[in-house]
Amino acid sequence: MRDVRGLDRTTAVSTAAVLLLGAALGLIFFYVPTDADQGFSQRIFYFHVPIALTSYVCFGWGAWKALRVLRTGDERADLESYVSIHLGVVFGALTLLTGSIWARASWGVWWTWSEDQLVLFLVLFLFYCAYFMLRFSVAPGRSRSNMSAVYALFGVVLIPVSFLAIRLSKEFIHPVVFTSHGPQMAASQFATFCVAWAALLLLYATLYRVELAGKRVDASLRELRELLT
Amino acid sequence: MTTPPKAPPSEWQYVAAAYGVVFVFVLAWVAIIGAKLQRLQRQLGELVHQARDRG
Repeated sequence: MRDVRGLDRTTAVSTAAVLLLGAALGLIFFYVPTDADQGFSQRIFYFHVPIALTSYVCFGWGAWKALRVLRTGDERADLESYVSIHLGVVFGALTLLTGSIWARASWGVWWTWSEDQLVLFLVLFLFYCAYFMLRFSVAPGRSRSNMSAVYALFGVVLIPVSFLAIRLSKEFIHPVVFTSHGPQMAASQFATFCVAWAALLLLYATLYRVELAGKRVDASLRELRELLT
Repeated sequence: MTTPPKAPPSEWQYVAAAYGVVFVFVLAWVAIIGAKLQRLQRQLGELVHQARDRG
């Protein structure tokens, strides 16, 4: 009964994700005006920034579940933490790819090492890539769960550093859109941004639920096979 | 005979590339999950067969 309810929720979340993604694309290409400063390429912003913020949410959720592993030793939380970090790395790779394309369009380069924001995001991404090397170099069990959880919690410290990097840096070309005075954009641009971010958060929720369900079914089948042989 | 220099991509091509990357990711993810579902279905079928054989 619980699984059926879970499936219903996954269907609802995925339907909402598809609808909001469609709405976001409609707003980005048919509603929001072209930015006077950056031109047409600024439209990359509406997916690039929400993808980056969603990757922070993935890592944050992974760390929260990791904390639960350390406090309660819950095996389900270990799998949830792993799946969230896995998706965080995927969203991180998408952030780097879309950001690189945007950089080429507006700065004329694919990458620049002089930008703290870019380098710190790359460090965060590589840190979480190494999470998988650590996890799969240890045999499954309590010690692997604990080690993975501690690593996930260390990584989450890098998130505020990465987020604040452009605000702390003195010389930068990376635009700062959210300042202490609020979002530096028109109301229509901010509304489009919010819809796009909500859509990507729902996409993350869908991928998280489906991947988690797949891994749980896989584990149950393995257990069943052991019982039958 | 010289070929004319290639024009740099216009802004809309960069935008299309950025959104294309995200689209390809979603498509690849659906393909991976589809393949995984097929594998799980096959394994479940084998286990049901084994369970039936055992009576």
